[in-house]
Amino acid sequence: MAHSSTAHAHEHAHDHGPQGILKYIWSTDHKIIGMQYMFTGMFMALIGGFMAYTFRMQLAFPGADIPLFGVVSPGEYNALVTNHGSIMIFWVAMPVLIAAFGNYLIPLMIGADDMVFPRLNRLSYQIFLLSAILIIASQFVPGGGFGGAWTSYPPLSANPAYNLTGLGATMWLLAVALEFVAFLLGGINFIVTLMNARAPGMRAYDIPIVVWMIVIASILFMLSVGPLMAGAVMLLFDQTLGTGFFDPGTGGDPILWQHLFWFFGHPEVYVVLLPALGFVAEIITVFSRKKLFGYKTVLYTAVATAILSFFVWAHHQFVAGIDPRMANVFTVTTLLISIPIAEVLFVIIATLYRGSITLTVPMLWALAFVAEFLIGGVTGIFLGASGADIYFHDTYFVLAHFHYTFFPIAIIGTFAAVTMWFPKMFGRMMNEKLGRIHFWLTVTAFNFIFIPLFILGTAGQHRRIYDYNHFPQLATEGLQDLRIVATTATVVLLLSQVLFLFNFFHSLFKGEKAPDNPWKSNTLEWTTSSPPPHGNWPPDAMPNVYRGPYEYSVEGREDDYWPQNQPA
Amino acid sequence: MPQLFLDQASSYAHEIDNLIWIIAAAVGFWFIVAEAVFFGFILKYRAKPGQRAAYIEGTERKYTRFISYPHMIIILFDVVLIAGSIRVWYLVKQQLPDADRTIRVIGQQWAWTFVHPGADGELDTDDDIRMVDELHVQVGDTYHFQLTSTDVLHSFSVPVFRLKQDAVPGRTITGWFQPTRTGEYDIQCAEICGIGHGIMAAKLFIESPEDHAAWIAAHNPTASLQ
Repeated sequence: MAHSSTAHAHEHAHDHGPQGILKYIWSTDHKIIGMQYMFTGMFMALIGGFMAYTFRMQLAFPGADIPLFGVVSPGEYNALVTNHGSIMIFWVAMPVLIAAFGNYLIPLMIGADDMVFPRLNRLSYQIFLLSAILIIASQFVPGGGFGGAWTSYPPLSANPAYNLTGLGATMWLLAVALEFVAFLLGGINFIVTLMNARAPGMRAYDIPIVVWMIVIASILFMLSVGPLMAGAVMLLFDQTLGTGFFDPGTGGDPILWQHLFWFFGHPEVYVVLLPALGFVAEIITVFSRKKLFGYKTVLYTAVATAILSFFVWAHHQFVAGIDPRMANVFTVTTLLISIPIAEVLFVIIATLYRGSITLTVPMLWALAFVAEFLIGGVTGIFLGASGADIYFHDTYFVLAHFHYTFFPIAIIGTFAAVTMWFPKMFGRMMNEKLGRIHFWLTVTAFNFIFIPLFILGTAGQHRRIYDYNHFPQLATEGLQDLRIVATTATVVLLLSQVLFLFNFFHSLFKGEKAPDNPWKSNTLEWTTSSPPPHGNWPPDAMPNVYRGPYEYSVEGREDDYWPQNQPA
Repeated sequence: MPQLFLDQASSYAHEIDNLIWIIAAAVGFWFIVAEAVFFGFILKYRAKPGQRAAYIEGTERKYTRFISYPHMIIILFDVVLIAGSIRVWYLVKQQLPDADRTIRVIGQQWAWTFVHPGADGELDTDDDIRMVDELHVQVGDTYHFQLTSTDVLHSFSVPVFRLKQDAVPGRTITGWFQPTRTGEYDIQCAEICGIGHGIMAAKLFIESPEDHAAWIAAHNPTASLQ
């Protein structure tokens, strides 16, 4: 703590350097970097959303001239689905959930003046920005964007003669690798900051659960990404130098990539899930005025989930040509992971018990997360059970399942967090009424997209096909109607976001001024001004911590909340 | 549930469908219970003037048992589902019943080639019948398939059989199926394989013994030599 303060004071002395817009671009302030990540992530979400619009339109109206895009060729279709998936995971979910809110919240919630490595933090964002520019640029090179699916399985991804998007494939791979570097730097910073920069008096169990979740996610990311980085380098060499790590013709093995990819890819699900669960836990405690039910249970189940997530990866590969006996092992581990996840959801539901619930906009989002994520959770069992996965693998059932996990995580979770912390970030309140309309439109449209896709998947519709007319059993009128329903809902969902953007930017400048603690919350970020100054608190008023973060409705107190920094 | 949309055309299709129903019942139960309690709490514990929330640590035995009992029941459900899943998996993928005939399935960008044994019932003889995007099989016979690929990954997917297996270049993967009803059905490629992935469709013809024999006779590649 002392160390970080002096480092910061030193930083302050040079703060006169960049002025104006440069102050925002070249800042080392964790709040500014968090917002840089948030705005970049929001911008990338618009691109990813537009891609979803184009390929959904093609599926509903095959061969049509799509407004704002034109006719989608099979090659473009593949590039669109590939980059939609890649962008939404690597350039939306990760930067917004972990980097934006990790950066913004961790120092504020633990009572630190900044991250312990502010310059490393700035470097992390700059590398991330470079990776984002690279993935966007890759859409416009000769041959177009990479079209080999976000999983990038070789030999298709390794050989330009097979994927016909040689340059796009290499740029995709470099962009993903750079993005990993950015998050490794950021993750190291989060972990070290939590360990070293907590306010005096903040013990392990006084740390707000969302901070734990983001840090556990960062550790999980660091431990799982190494093998994939090695794999990415091997794939890059296969693409550009003609090595044959994944080419069976020269003694390589294409399945090796799948192991390296999913050894990272499955923990990655929990890397983004844990921060979202953290937001939900914070919001639900605040708006039900309740102590989090079993703090330690939540923490330990998160750790258990993180550990178990390293042993489930091959459930993505049941029918990929692995030894069939191995599937039995991975079925067991996969179904076991349902136990801690169910536990943490039960605990969140139990927190509502005998609460005093107010349905504010952030609370609506947090509750919607639980209701919708449950669907994603239970449908995962069909896919983790090897016997049933033989049928469901690579159908739209899988697609609908993971959108019922990722949409609650990355979109609902993000809206929960943005609406919750907007007053702190910008010192203004968002419009409540617009927020509600946006909430109901988004959540309703979301269900109208993906419930039809569950049905289509059950009917045998396989993934990444640009026109189902080539498959007579899938070209029926009934199934086509379902595709049109899903596409219509996609358009409604995307248009609804105009309301959010309007609300966001209008409130940013014209919103009602926010008090320091509009939600009467206990955690430390609400004890400073809205927005907090550079350094978060005045140097002589850094907070001390006297209790845990969830002391709501304590008996015998007049207030139903008890901020962490208030002496007893 | 797939049988609501698709015929069950292999000996194990109903096993997979039944497993899917069992899972649906188990997870459906938990889903309904969890959502009911969840929405019940939201309705019941809405903020009312003058009423405060309770202070509950979540470590008291009288409350934690509402978490730990469901927890134990979930473990029990998991054991049942694991057993059911492994049983079906073993049947379809891990064992290989004796074959009446063997076919070869070759994936390539962007077509399926099927090598059928001719009248002699043996592969790799002069009367093998090679067909592109057409697989002809005889109802009731047990088939082994030898699956491979010449370029990238493909996935041999026959929804009415509930069968799916990736084709991997450099490997030959053997599996089995036994068609149980006649008809014409889709064969898909279920693993993205390049720009033609969307047109990599083939047709499955399940024929009665008479029809199948007639088809073999009509397609005998050595017929003109005899």
